[in-house]
Amino acid sequence: MRKMIEGSRAVAEAVGLCRPDVISAYPITPQTHIVEELSQMVADGDIEAEYVRVESEHSAASVCLGAVAAGSRAYSATTSQGMLLMIEVLYNIAGMRLPMVITGVNRAVSAPLNIWNDQQDTLAVRDAGWIQLYGESSQECLDMHIQAYRIAEDDRVLLPVMVCMDGFILTHTYETVDVPTQEQVDTFLPPYNPLFKLDPADPITLGAYAGPELYHEVRYTMHREALGAKEVVKEVARQFRDAFGRWSGDVVEPYRCEDAQTIFVAMGSVVGTLKEWVDAARARGEKVGALKLRCYRPFPQEELREALSGARQVNVLEKAVSIGAQGVVTPEVRAALYGQASQPRVACAVVGLGGRDVTFGTMDEVLSRAREGETDFFAGLRAEVLEES
Amino acid sequence: MTTPSQRRKPPLGIVTRPGSSLRNKTGSWGILRPVFDCDKCTGCNTCESICPEGCIRHLEKKRYEADIEFCKGCGLCAAACPASAITMVEEHR
Repeated sequence: MRKMIEGSRAVAEAVGLCRPDVISAYPITPQTHIVEELSQMVADGDIEAEYVRVESEHSAASVCLGAVAAGSRAYSATTSQGMLLMIEVLYNIAGMRLPMVITGVNRAVSAPLNIWNDQQDTLAVRDAGWIQLYGESSQECLDMHIQAYRIAEDDRVLLPVMVCMDGFILTHTYETVDVPTQEQVDTFLPPYNPLFKLDPADPITLGAYAGPELYHEVRYTMHREALGAKEVVKEVARQFRDAFGRWSGDVVEPYRCEDAQTIFVAMGSVVGTLKEWVDAARARGEKVGALKLRCYRPFPQEELREALSGARQVNVLEKAVSIGAQGVVTPEVRAALYGQASQPRVACAVVGLGGRDVTFGTMDEVLSRAREGETDFFAGLRAEVLEES
Repeated sequence: MTTPSQRRKPPLGIVTRPGSSLRNKTGSWGILRPVFDCDKCTGCNTCESICPEGCIRHLEKKRYEADIEFCKGCGLCAAACPASAITMVEEHR
């Protein structure tokens, strides 16, 4: 059914349709509306989940860890400081191979305090072993949550999935979304059937201890299976298209890249602006294209190589920065192209930190500065502010 | 729905079943082992009850032995023995 609802509501409805057994979260802007809606749905009896209120994000993640370990389907959502407080548990959930879904609402990280959007928070947890999907629109985020449980719970994967969703830009804006029926989701997503679980009748311990003689191999197999999860992400995207009739790419989504000399790479809601800008720039004769990086972990190295190797210039729009190095995504894009016969130049453009608008003007600036040979820069800096420094 | 036999094994090193500590032979950590002097021993059981590894066995009235596969050589038994019947001796294993 098509509805005009807030992005947070769209995610809450998608999560509800996935029939979670346990939801635990701690409210933090701009994630709040998602978990508010879910707690209301539980209180109203619309969904049968148990909603566990906790005193911190560390506890929220821990409740979910225990719930999945006991064989339940669990959900949480957080952002920014909350994400950083969860980080220890996030590593444990992934390490214990417990499939669950968290919405990683994207927000800047303190200090200075800033509640607006960039992607520093989820990129700070990229190495934890979670699959990370970045949504462009409310509809895509809604669809991703349904796909996420199916990916996570697949025997070939058994890793948690973080659906990353730009704070405010997506969570707090209204968009027409197609909300599937319960029957459709039930058909696509069968009940969670755990491969192993905590059960007093058949006692086990999870993730207890692995010494130097074992740990190395455990992490190797986890890494290997995370790389293999890429095929499952693609497979589930195709199955979702067949079941629901919607497609927004699998691990990447190229937009007007076929004959593009310059391709912009980006993740999340900025891709929407980027596609509009590509149309406008093409209308004035620029041969540009856009590549949405939809699945960041596992990193789609081969797909990026295939999509980008025909271009002369690649410009990565970064909504996070590894302070003292460069953007976070660019080095991996450069590495994907390393050693190839055809090697486009790759520029790293940090944009939109802490909610700074990314506009057509920003894209124009990135295009021209990269064309002039700049390789690592911040676009959209306000000169009048810098004068004070 | 798949049957258990059709499904993969649990991921390596994540699921541990009861009794697995028996396979983790910690005796190699130690460089000392306890030697019991049966002539001094009074059979009071202090050594058996204080051993953090639970590896001292009471064989008969005044005779004990430590399971060297699990004894880490901490020396608590020797320190606690009221009859000074236990000596820690160096042993490289």
